[in-house]
Amino acid sequence: MFDIIDNILQYPFITRALIVGVFVSFCAALLGVSLVLKRYSMIGDGLSHVGFSALSIAVAMNWAPIIISIPVIILTAILLLHFSEKNKISGDAAIALISTSSLALGIIAVSITSGINVDVFNYMFGSILAISQSDLILSIVISTIVLILFIISYNKIFAITFDENFALAIGINVKFYKMLLAILTGIMIVVGMKIMGALLMSSLIIFPTLSSTRVCKQFKSVAINSAIISIMSFIIGLIFSYFCSTPTGATVVVVDLLIFIIYSLIGVFKQKV
Amino acid sequence: MTLIKCNNVTLGYSSNVIVKDFSLTLSSGDYLCILGENGSGKSTLLKGLLGLKSPLKGNISFVGLKQNEIGYLPQRINIQKDFPASVYEIVLSGCLGCLGVLSFYGKQQKKIALENMELLGIRNLQNKSFRELSGGQQQRVLLARALCATKKILILDEPCAGLDPIVAKNLYKIIKKINTDKNIAIIMVSHDIGSAISDSNMIIHMQEDKPMFFKTPQEYCESLIGKRFLGGI
Repeated sequence: MFDIIDNILQYPFITRALIVGVFVSFCAALLGVSLVLKRYSMIGDGLSHVGFSALSIAVAMNWAPIIISIPVIILTAILLLHFSEKNKISGDAAIALISTSSLALGIIAVSITSGINVDVFNYMFGSILAISQSDLILSIVISTIVLILFIISYNKIFAITFDENFALAIGINVKFYKMLLAILTGIMIVVGMKIMGALLMSSLIIFPTLSSTRVCKQFKSVAINSAIISIMSFIIGLIFSYFCSTPTGATVVVVDLLIFIIYSLIGVFKQKV
Repeated sequence: MTLIKCNNVTLGYSSNVIVKDFSLTLSSGDYLCILGENGSGKSTLLKGLLGLKSPLKGNISFVGLKQNEIGYLPQRINIQKDFPASVYEIVLSGCLGCLGVLSFYGKQQKKIALENMELLGIRNLQNKSFRELSGGQQQRVLLARALCATKKILILDEPCAGLDPIVAKNLYKIIKKINTDKNIAIIMVSHDIGSAISDSNMIIHMQEDKPMFFKTPQEYCESLIGKRFLGGI
């Protein structure tokens, strides 16, 4: 086992991918706990589509991709949250609307200028080759910020996720924390997109929590379990993709799926006993 | 001591007025029941009193009462039934209101949570998952959480909806005990007219956009609307 890891880590680009991936999957899982339990999973999915379009437009225009896409995705996060609250157009439909139209804009921008080139392709499906030194630093910095904020506001996030009305009634600034959650999710998605791909990124947010809730009974254990599952499935996925020459992002999602199936079976089994 | 004062309050949604010209003074130790038909605006009035909904006209002011001194028991329908959380986690979250930005629970909060679980007889359930509990147990968990949040007033939205009569009776008994022993004011939306009359000291009957206020339960029983409602049972 250690031989294998040693073997893989000879390549600096894989080491970088491993570090970025572990940090991103850890934070995405933490944010996912609240998003999934609050029935906001689709926000994660919508944000990753918007992130893709922002990135591809930036690439087409020769702008710095990350600097453009982070503010765009923050704005979208705020917008999506607003839509899910006001049920004028129902929340999920609004998200589908935004994500498909932004995808469309992104594709048009790309085809007018450069065509689907390697950069755009990588943002769509992810590539570990594309991870640069600056991506590494960015992901570590942002993950640390997310982790600190999550720990500080953990109890409030729990209260808001479980029962928003009660949280409001006892004077918690629910709007602020929801906004914070959406913004952090958006940033996390931009950071993780290079490695996982825009179309697969939301799985990092959704799968770990969904698997954990099959088995865990406490909020805290769901959070811890999700973080562990997420990191494990990323590492396993990366190793598999190295040996089987499969795309990393897709392999990680498949590992996540397998873990979900195993957890579901355990959950069913436990209920019967 | 006066806690909440409403002056000619009008509540509603931009085009739809639900409560009109409503005045009320609530003091500590009061037990106010809000009765009325479905859709008559009971929950809207409650939201106004909670400070979650600002009135279209008039004002609702907290006198000697802060937002984080209110305990609130929402309708259980609005809470997710499959949420993974232990009883202890939920009850403890009631203490959040009095914590600052760094919301970590200290010894004090843990003690309050344990005391309230003891009071409601759910201490033995503290590590159980919320989704495994029966309706009555869930309601007691949520009441314990509300008690953790309250110092002066407890606002309850149909606390006994969907519970069997014995469990409901017990819950009313506990609420009345909290009211008299701890001198905590109660505002309760209820469909249970019997307990409303025996426990409360004032009653609001909601109908169309004009709430009718009764200073005592007796007054309510003797009124036309009260007779109609009582007769309907």
